Amino acid sequence: MKSENRIRLNAQNISDNEYFFGHKACAGCAGSLAVRLALKVLGERTFTALPAGCMSAVGFIYPQMAFAINAMISTFPGTASLLSGMKAGLKKLGKEDVNIVGFAGDGGTADIGIQALSGAIDRRDRVIYICYDNEAYMNTGIQKSGLTPFGTKTTTTPAGKNIRGCLTHKKNMFEIVAAHDIEYAATASVGYPEDFMNKVQKAAEASTTSYIHVLAPCPTGWGTPTETAVEIAKDAVDCGLWFLAEYEEGEFKLNRVPKEFSSVKNYLFQQSRFKHLTEDDIIEIERFRDKKWDRMKSKWLNEK
Amino acid sequence: MKYEEKMFVSGNEAVALGVCLSRPHVISAYPITPQTVVVERLSELVEDGSIDADFMHVESEHSALSAAMGSSAVGARTFTATSSQGLLYMAECLHYASGGRFPIVMMNANRSLALPWSIYGDLRDSLSLLDSGWIQVYVEDAQEALDMIIQGYKIAEHKEVLTPFMVNLDGFVLTHTYELVQVPNQQEVDHFLPPFETVNKMALDAPKSLGFSSTPQDNLEFKYQQHMAMMKSIEIIEASDREFGQRFGRTYGGMVDAYKCEDADAVLITLGSITGTARIVIDQLREEGLKVGLFKIRYMRPFPVNEIRELGRKVKAIGVLDKDISFGYEGTIFTNVNSALVGPDSPKVTMNFVGGFGGRNISKAEIAKMFHDLLFAMKGKPYDRVNFVNLGVKTNEIRK
Repeated sequence: MKSENRIRLNAQNISDNEYFFGHKACAGCAGSLAVRLALKVLGERTFTALPAGCMSAVGFIYPQMAFAINAMISTFPGTASLLSGMKAGLKKLGKEDVNIVGFAGDGGTADIGIQALSGAIDRRDRVIYICYDNEAYMNTGIQKSGLTPFGTKTTTTPAGKNIRGCLTHKKNMFEIVAAHDIEYAATASVGYPEDFMNKVQKAAEASTTSYIHVLAPCPTGWGTPTETAVEIAKDAVDCGLWFLAEYEEGEFKLNRVPKEFSSVKNYLFQQSRFKHLTEDDIIEIERFRDKKWDRMKSKWLNEK
Repeated sequence: MKYEEKMFVSGNEAVALGVCLSRPHVISAYPITPQTVVVERLSELVEDGSIDADFMHVESEHSALSAAMGSSAVGARTFTATSSQGLLYMAECLHYASGGRFPIVMMNANRSLALPWSIYGDLRDSLSLLDSGWIQVYVEDAQEALDMIIQGYKIAEHKEVLTPFMVNLDGFVLTHTYELVQVPNQQEVDHFLPPFETVNKMALDAPKSLGFSSTPQDNLEFKYQQHMAMMKSIEIIEASDREFGQRFGRTYGGMVDAYKCEDADAVLITLGSITGTARIVIDQLREEGLKVGLFKIRYMRPFPVNEIRELGRKVKAIGVLDKDISFGYEGTIFTNVNSALVGPDSPKVTMNFVGGFGGRNISKAEIAKMFHDLLFAMKGKPYDRVNFVNLGVKTNEIRK
């Protein structure tokens, strides 16, 4: 990592160029914001692939192409392998001074695409894989994914008298990826855009595979006002249900350790997908959060 | 690796030689019996520098073809190989690659499909994917396998074709048997097959979106273009066969290869390696005075409809040997042949012989019986449309 030479990106020095615009994403979509910001960091010498999912559905409707760079829809399970193929081809054609980035949703990453992602990391292919996590299959109409949080009401985990939404917690993708001994992995949130952009910059400097998992609220699926996506994404981190961390040179690092968490209840009840939760459910969610933070702090803060 | 002019190699090794001579940039393949030796030899050829390619150790067949699409999309010449379950695991990508017009060449070792589990040969794997938009050629021996890899790139990459190309070899019967093959000279191959150039690729100076969505307004037009490119490939296939013949001294007949069909009453249509056995049977039956012929379909897609119609006009009975079945109907090759023959070109009799599943041998005697059945039917004896070859259970046992 060339960290000493790196200029920290912020709202003032980030590129004015746009590489993802004119798309048909919902109002307030944080996934499209994540793609837009990442591409501002990566620039025009970037090749991208996106699987079936919101961003490919809104960005490639012939003849209106929303990407100003080389872009392609991959198969749903094949984001990482398509990226690897691009990398291999470009390398053999003598074009190595480029960025190759994938943007897949939580379903495309943690569920159907996890095998190809594992393969790409295993091969140490120099590609950037960005998971924009909106916590359900939003493109097909809000169905549960492996990254849907406990208690969430989705169209396949309805909140009724017998079952109150999703019964499982989020799959731990960040540590699954880190367990591959990946060169660089990070979690991020569109609520902390500077942190996200700088992590994208670091990922681009990696000489092998890198992975960024960015929380990207979906007003349509979460049941929130369209102007609040960034605030909610920030709140998710502040209340401790999401976290900002990195895995670099074999070590974990917590980028933000709140002294005191903001209210989980307040975070949840802003969103109609959690409106049905009981006090007991909230206690379970807080218990899970605390257990995760205890583990992260005890393991990762002691590491240098 | 040092090439000899003549080498004693297996079908799989012949494929690897063909790939090597075609100078691909990227090879992405996942091992599966009976294709494995292709992957092993190509790994060795990359290791020893014979091929300047990136060998991708993908974790599945789905990723093998997905990666192949990625490298083809940036303008790299790409190879993959698979068989059977692997071909079906990449089925989504087969349609994807043809729709994206990525001229990838793939070798498929024809093998049965589970269940029951079987590593041995039949044609149910590739024939079940006839509609995936790939050019499909079926070869008869190791030499043809080697030559068709080289021709495959020539045809697939033609600017009016831009369609992926599948070279099918019978599992074990061709992949694992050894033959003496002529190895073309690299310089000659370079002349025959220049570097891959296409406008249908991602480029830094002209960024593109490939593999996009279409609305109902445009979808048919994209698919029409794909169909017309496949139809166009017939001409390119024939031209490529002729040019290959002029340069290397070997031609294969283009879409089909007819043997003693000119004056024949009854003709058997075959695909792949069984053709060799059938040719011997033809010679024997001809000595007995029977007017029989053999018609090898080389390409199942595009389909040799004109050649089959011409055959239909000449002969009285056509038998089709299918190492596959579309359950509830008949063999897939038979369906295709019959549909070409509908109308005034139809001979008096068409019969389907279904067998050779999961590696089951089809003997010369059984092929001879097919001809006798055809000749009897031609003379008015009642016959069945679909006939199972050497069936081990009696049909009345099945009924009970």
